[in-house]
Amino acid sequence: MAEPRLRVGVVDRPISAAELAVDLVGDRHGATLMFEGTVRNRNRGRPVVRLHYEAYESMAEETLHAIAAEATDRFRVGAVAVLHRTGSLEIGDVSVAITVASEHRADAFEATRYVIEQVKLRLPVWKREEYADGSTAWLDGTPPEPAPSAGTGDAG
Amino acid sequence: MTPRMSLRVLLFGLYRERAGAPQIEIELPAGARVHDLLAGLREYPEFQGLPGRMAVAVNRRYAEADSPLLPGDEIALIPPVAGG
Repeated sequence: MAEPRLRVGVVDRPISAAELAVDLVGDRHGATLMFEGTVRNRNRGRPVVRLHYEAYESMAEETLHAIAAEATDRFRVGAVAVLHRTGSLEIGDVSVAITVASEHRADAFEATRYVIEQVKLRLPVWKREEYADGSTAWLDGTPPEPAPSAGTGDAG
Repeated sequence: MTPRMSLRVLLFGLYRERAGAPQIEIELPAGARVHDLLAGLREYPEFQGLPGRMAVAVNRRYAEADSPLLPGDEIALIPPVAGG
């Protein structure tokens, strides 16, 4: 089997899973799965009007690359692509886009799930919410976890 | 006397906002490890009472408490993460 293709980025521009799919579809793939995380208008009961994402960009890109590579090690997928936004996002904007292509659909679902859960656990990215009353707050996050040990097959 | 070393520490998110700067310099004894850095930072009033556990990345990877630190390392203080 050909080496799986990887593409990652941390960017301050609009992103979509569809833009990633353009590069990934191939004759060997029977499934292309696209996931987008979007900005919600409420969090913990407070109306949110805008989000600001900040990243430790160099580490975030390396971490995304590691996560994508782990997904190809754990599941039979032909390509994994993931982008994360930085900067100011409005309600409905895409904050994270993941596209996975595989021969069979089950691997694409599992690999996509793996990528988004690891992003939540490990990616050095922070968000500050802006509320309808004009106040802002950094979101309480998750104490980051190091990479899972290789070969456990446990996606957590 | 133990020789000392000066480390530059990158700050992000709430930590950057609290410190009012994207990085700080901290002096530690040569041979200090990640837990020594965290103990040193806890002396700073701006890093007291912060939510969640502080993590440290060395050269863009999460470091263990006993990881060694060297003056040339890229050291970053990582607040609880909130990507996705």
